[in-house]
Amino acid sequence: MRPLLALGEQYLNVALLNAECVTLMTEIEPRRPATLAQQWSKPTYRIQPTKGWAGLNVREIWRYRDLLWVLVQRDIKLLYKQTALGVVWVVAQPLVAAVIFAVVFGRVAKLPSDGAPYLLFVFCGVTVWTYFSQALQRAGTSLVRNSQLVSKVYFPKLLIPLAQTLRGLVDFAVILIVLAVLMAIYRVQPTFRLAAIPGILILMALTSTGVALWFSALGVKYRDCTNALPYFVQVWMYASPVVYPMSMVPERWQWLYAVNPAVGFIEGFRWAVLGSNALSAEILCITVTTSLLALFSGAFFFRRVERSFADMI
Amino acid sequence: MSDVSVSVRNLSKSFRIAHEPGGLGGYRTLRDDLTKLPGRLLARLGRNSRRTSETFWALKGVSFDVEKGEVVGIIGRNGAGKSTLLKILSRIIEPTSGTAEIYGRVGALLEVGTGFHPELTGRENIFMNGAILGMSRAEIRRKFDEIVAFAEIEKFLDTPAKRYSTGMYVRLAFAVAAHLDPKILLIDEVLAVGDAEFQKKCLGKMEDVATKEGRTIIFVTHNMDAIHRLCSRAILLRDGVMAAEGDVTAIISSYLHETHPSVRQTYRLPEKCNTAAEICLIEAEVLDSKGRSCDSLLYREPFALRMVWRHFVEVAASSYAVRVYDNRNRFLFAVNTLGSDLQLHHPGLREITCSFDYNVLIPGNYYVTIGCYVRPYKEVHVVKDCLRLTILAVPYQSGPRFSVVGDPAFALHPDWSQHELNDSSAKGIKSQPLTFA
Repeated sequence: MRPLLALGEQYLNVALLNAECVTLMTEIEPRRPATLAQQWSKPTYRIQPTKGWAGLNVREIWRYRDLLWVLVQRDIKLLYKQTALGVVWVVAQPLVAAVIFAVVFGRVAKLPSDGAPYLLFVFCGVTVWTYFSQALQRAGTSLVRNSQLVSKVYFPKLLIPLAQTLRGLVDFAVILIVLAVLMAIYRVQPTFRLAAIPGILILMALTSTGVALWFSALGVKYRDCTNALPYFVQVWMYASPVVYPMSMVPERWQWLYAVNPAVGFIEGFRWAVLGSNALSAEILCITVTTSLLALFSGAFFFRRVERSFADMI
Repeated sequence: MSDVSVSVRNLSKSFRIAHEPGGLGGYRTLRDDLTKLPGRLLARLGRNSRRTSETFWALKGVSFDVEKGEVVGIIGRNGAGKSTLLKILSRIIEPTSGTAEIYGRVGALLEVGTGFHPELTGRENIFMNGAILGMSRAEIRRKFDEIVAFAEIEKFLDTPAKRYSTGMYVRLAFAVAAHLDPKILLIDEVLAVGDAEFQKKCLGKMEDVATKEGRTIIFVTHNMDAIHRLCSRAILLRDGVMAAEGDVTAIISSYLHETHPSVRQTYRLPEKCNTAAEICLIEAEVLDSKGRSCDSLLYREPFALRMVWRHFVEVAASSYAVRVYDNRNRFLFAVNTLGSDLQLHHPGLREITCSFDYNVLIPGNYYVTIGCYVRPYKEVHVVKDCLRLTILAVPYQSGPRFSVVGDPAFALHPDWSQHELNDSSAKGIKSQPLTFA
């Protein structure tokens, strides 16, 4: 036991008297573990304060992919626990919203719909928007809601909002079935354009992830974000072509309008289903660029503040 | 041989405590930050930041090494920085300065049942919790039966966890964590939950993990018995600084003496005492083997009772007595000064020490009643339960540990001796060989 005791005193002394003693100490305790530099094997990881911007560390996220899957599963399961109607709730929300919009904006305000039946037109917009707004609201508040996980276990925290945006895709798949039914009712011919839908969905998921990362990271420090988010989403909806077509926007301002990253996937989705061609290549470029910008800026910002989450939450 | 698995150098962690008059309890609002932003930028330019906050060091300059297969206990009072240290080592929070190098996969168990969801079933929670603790799904599937068996919840696997009893909940949570397979295990105060039976099981499991599987464990707890049983070395933290490191028993006893220096379990005669007695007990305290005032002793540690008496008048035939009760109020024994050669009848102030060289008390709590009597039997001044005494399960000076199952009154450790006999020397015993069918 003696060497261990000596070891203890030794570090105490090192702490108190600084480096001068170190040489003396090695003489007293030859079995002293090698210093950091002499350590022959590389550490599995090294803990030290980090400064400035951090890399995305995609490899670490990949290593924890099982956890991501479990988090996605958990929320899907939780949604349907102890509900009689289960999946109906997923469909009900966009359907009710679409009907209301069809009455208010289609019948009363008589907004144009690029020639398509207004209900179908608005349903296309509403389904995509429902995904976007729910992903944003769920993911944006996810860190605060899971503060237990943030402060008690280590894993890439990016997984928490990411699980929320992924989980929304499952709901979206259910809504697609309803859309197919509506298309059949209105006798809209399916075309090869439908093949573009997966790409549009990826754009939609990436955009919402990017914006949600900003909100969730800011929400840890400023709880105001949680309160502001619903209003923000509501305003954003009217700034996006959900209830009206993009063709209503004057042509010379369309490039500016396209800076809104939601324009890309909403109009894109409508194009795939109804064939309205409001998206020129130029507009598409702008909107995809802002989407990617939202994603990367969100991810890097998240990584930068991630290290202080557990201290602050 | 000296394979390091955790190497910590000069690790420090500071927090800023804001001093906001009528503040929001630490929450910052966006508005506040935005309105203060111009001021802060100016302050940064002018280099005279006048923040009304104070830096608090939760950890300061902590350095130590843990070798492979070692079990190290970290003890210290609340707020000494134990949990902060574990959180840094498990990468949940970042240090303010210093480094730590970890050699091997880390499993951290800072809380029992992190990520458990009451709506999910036992089965789902096992996968959930396992994934959160860093297990892959394949790994959990492999160990699933073992986990269920350890938690003893086979029948309730598909019941939502919200219908579980607290005991089942905790058992399941610990079972998942106990089957983690990392090289280095960081454990924070998980033994504080569950009933005594379950705690025993957890300790046993941890002992297995440490001794049979040769993993490195860093372990924080207030349970000194657990530290003593499991750890080969201990680190004592005090206000974020390493106060001592080394042999477990030594560290434990120095910790016990710093825990409550101001509220020692001593007796003082109250100021407004209305005893009209001619003899009064002024002070009483328990002294440990080093003569320090204390309220807890190690198992088999010799101790003494020190008391101060005042005699106002001359009383003949007076004697002092000490009666000891256990925490179920069983009267265990009494000692008195009758037959000793103390001279007690003259008036004055005197200190009496009563030393017990052999401590046969089993671990537990005891109450000491001290009194003065005059023969034939008259109570002069008796203070009921005037001292409380705790015997810990940690043995004194690497002596034997208390190992009796059940609830005996005393623990004796006689000298055993052994003497091999051959058949011819055992005359009284029938030398007919036994035959087995």
